[in-house]
Order: sequence, then C-alpha cells, then structure tokens
Amino acid sequence: MRALLVAVLAFIAPAAAAQQIVGDAIPASLTGQPGDAVRGRAIVANRSLGLCLLCHSGPISEERFQGDLAPTLAGAGSRWSVAQLRLRIVDGSRLNADTIMPPYYRTSGLQRVARNFEGKTVLSAAQVEDVVAYLSTLKD
Amino acid sequence: MTALRVVAGLAIVFVASYAAAQSGADRRRSGYQDMGEALQKMQDDDTANPGMLFVQLGSQAWSKPAGAADKSCADCHGAAASMKGAAVRYPAIPKGADVPMDLEGRINLCRTENQKAERLPPESRELLALEAYVAHQSRGMPVAPPVDPRLGAFRDQGAEIYRRRQGQLNLSCAICHDDNAGKKLAGVTIPEAHPTGYPIYRLEWQGLGSLKRRLRNCLVGIRAEAYAYDAPEYVMLELFLMDRARGMTFEAPGVRP
Ligand code: HEC
Ligand code: HEC
Repeated sequence: MRALLVAVLAFIAPAAAAQQIVGDAIPASLTGQPGDAVRGRAIVANRSLGLCLLCHSGPISEERFQGDLAPTLAGAGSRWSVAQLRLRIVDGSRLNADTIMPPYYRTSGLQRVARNFEGKTVLSAAQVEDVVAYLSTLKD
Repeated sequence: MTALRVVAGLAIVFVASYAAAQSGADRRRSGYQDMGEALQKMQDDDTANPGMLFVQLGSQAWSKPAGAADKSCADCHGAAASMKGAAVRYPAIPKGADVPMDLEGRINLCRTENQKAERLPPESRELLALEAYVAHQSRGMPVAPPVDPRLGAFRDQGAEIYRRRQGQLNLSCAICHDDNAGKKLAGVTIPEAHPTGYPIYRLEWQGLGSLKRRLRNCLVGIRAEAYAYDAPEYVMLELFLMDRARGMTFEAPGVRP
C-alpha cells in the first residue's frame, strides 16, 4: 500500500510527470503491459467501479441508465490515440483545469477524501490500461 | 393601413417585452418538479404521503411531557399553529445563542433548556417526527430566511463549501446542482438541490430523513468524508441553500425517489 502511494506520488510529481506526459498524451503503459479490452469494457460498464456511465453514454446497450453530462464514448478510439486516451483517464485536468471528469490515477490535490479511499486512486494502473484498451476499440 | 401597422408594431413590442419578462421570471425548480407524476401525486395526497405518518407521530410527541421539567412542547407553545413559519425561517440564531442552528438543532435546544431532557439523536424517529410536525405547519409558505447580519458570515462559508471540490471524485455541489442540474447522472435527473421538502420520505431509504442525511448521501457519492452529524458545516450549507431557495414554496413533508 505504502509502496503504491510512493509510486503514485512519484508519478504525479512534476519532474517525473515531465517524462511521462508528452504533449497531450502519456505514451508509456502505466504497467509496462498492454491492457485487456474485455476487462476494460466491464470496468466502464460498472457503475461503482468505473463510474463512467454516470456521466457518459457509450455503446454498452445492456446498461440502460447512462449519463448525459459528458460526450459519448462511442468513437473515442477514432478521436484519440492510446497515449492520448491514457492521459485523459489518468488526469484530465492536465488538459482542462475545469474539467468535471474525475482524475482516475491521481491522489494529490484532493480535499476531504473519504477515509476508506484516502491515498487510493479511483482505478489501479492495470485497470486504467484495461479501460484505455477498451476505449481504443471504439471506432466508428 | 397605418392603423394596422401600429397594431402590428405594438404586437411586436408586446411580444418582445413579454419575452423579456419571461426571461426574468423565476426559473428555479423544486426537486418535486423533476419527479414523475406518480410521485408528485403521492406527495400531494395526504393519505398516500408516507411523511404524513410522521406528522401524526409528531403531533403525539408534541403534547407528551418529557424531561426533568415534565413539560411538553404544547405546554409552552400551545397549538401547533404557533409553529407556522418556523421551518421556512431556519437555520437561524435563537435568542441567547450566538451560532445558527437548523430546525432540529432548535428542537433539541428546547429539549435541553426547557424540558431538561436529553437531546434526541440525529435521524431518530422522535426527532424526525417532531421536525416533520413543525415543518408541516409551514407547508405552502414561501421560504423566508431571516434578515440577520450575523448570519452572513456563516452563509458565505456555506457557499464556499458548496463550490469547493472535494472527495476522491473531485466534484463540488455546484458542478452538479448549478452547472448540470436537469441533466442525467446515469438514470437520475440531477435536481437543483432546493431544501424545500425536508424532512422528506425518500423511497430509496424507505423512511423519513433530514436534509443532513441527504447532504451526507451526496458527500458519500463523491467519496468525500461526510462531516460529523453535529458539524457546523451542515448548518452553513443549509443557510446557503435556504437563501438560494428564498421565495420558493415550502412543501414538507416531501416525497423523493
Ligand atoms: C463526473 C463526470 C465524468 C465521469 C465519471 C467520467 N467522465 Fe470522461 N469526461 C467527462 C467530461 C465532462 C468530459 C469532456 C472533456 C472535459 O470536460 O475535459 C470527459 C471526457 C472524456 C474523454 C475524452 C472525450 C472525447 O472527446 O472522447 C474520454 C475518452 C473519457 N472522458 C472517458 C471516460 C471514462 C472511460 C470514464 C470512466 C473510467 C470517464 N470518462 C468518467 C466527464 C466524466
Ligand atoms: C455527482 C453529482 C452530485 C454532487 C457532486 C452533489 N449532488 Fe446533491 N444530488 C445529486 C443527485 C443525482 C440528487 C438526486 C438523487 C435522487 O433523486 O435519487 C441529489 C440531491 C440533492 C438534494 C435533494 C434535493 C431535493 O429535491 O430534495 C440536495 C439538497 C443536494 N443534493 C445537495 C447537495 C450538496 C449540498 C452537495 C455538496 C456537498 C451535493 N448535493 C453534491 C447529485 C449530486
């Protein structure tokens, strides 16, 4: 747990981030491995894990209740490269300081995080990679 | 011909000023207006509104003596009609106090000061019943926060909390309830967060609950640490929300999904 926290903090620290973020993207996988699109789809569809469909809609027809606070996820894989998608999931505020999209892989700069989530990222590095892998399949 | 043109001209002026008046009209919406017709009917019909059971329970508690003073609310206040307008005024600073309290805080102040009884625990059946009974007396009245300069600083802090991002999801009340009200969060229409119906009967709770409980639900939803039940932050938020709803119709006990 502690090691994870240190790793995450190191990642977010500006010096480290400068290596990771290139332009509007994070080229390298957070785990060094490609993600799994099938697992990624399940995470996106899961209301209490990915939470994505609270705000977004997407081509996940078995989930009847989808949000309209954000652009549809359909076509995300044609609009953005894998590396661009990765930064948008890790921390969209790097691109738009006012974004309402939660930072899925950041623990710094958050206020009053509930005790059971304190120091934890919304998704793990592997889960972020799975989500990115799924999104990159959404071409239309 | 000219007469016709004058009439047409007047019509255009009229339409324009009517439109202007409309755009200046009150566009605020109670959560009631965002519910389906079935739930609106349930709230409107006293025989169907489950909150009315608590109002009845509250009427019994109102005249039941309690505490070392062995006095009931009715012994000091008389008929419930004396409470008309109380709920649309709170939170307020009671006489002799120097910080604002919400309605349940005020009820508990009467318990400790006047009845010499224990405070009723938050969300307890008896406290909610008394609150529902008192609040019901103001049904139909406009929300009317008091003009009291001492409240300003507390209300401003409430506004600040309302706009502050918090929790693991890094969201603020304002992001949902100002910027995205009316949109769908998954299947749910985001209401404008007007505190006009509290205490409410919420179907998801299968019970009556206070505004505080509702605010805690939202905090938990964004994975923020909920304030302790007796924290001043709730009263500050309530002051801000009541001021934001000034003039809207009070509708307790409300029904919500
Ligand atoms: C609280 C709301 C919210 C949640 C939850 C959320 N997003 Fe977003 N997301 C947004 C908004 C709003 C934007 C639009 C861009 C901006 O505001 O920065 C966005 C942008 C995006 C984009 C780029 C937009 C584009 O043009 O295609 C992607 C991809 C994306 N989100 C994926 C996700 C995924 C996957 C999840 C869950 C793991 C998720 N979002 C969760 C609100 C949200
Ligand atoms: C991610 C979005 C979101 C955030 C952030 C949020 N809320 Fe809510 N809130 C909701 C939704 C959705 C509902 C309605 C839930 C339902 O009907 O099931 C709601 C309901 C309410 C209500 C009840 C309104 C009524 O008609 O009874 C109040 C009051 C409220 N919120 C206040 C707040 C405050 C204060 C905050 C910040 C501490 C906050 N909310 C943060 C989404 C949010």
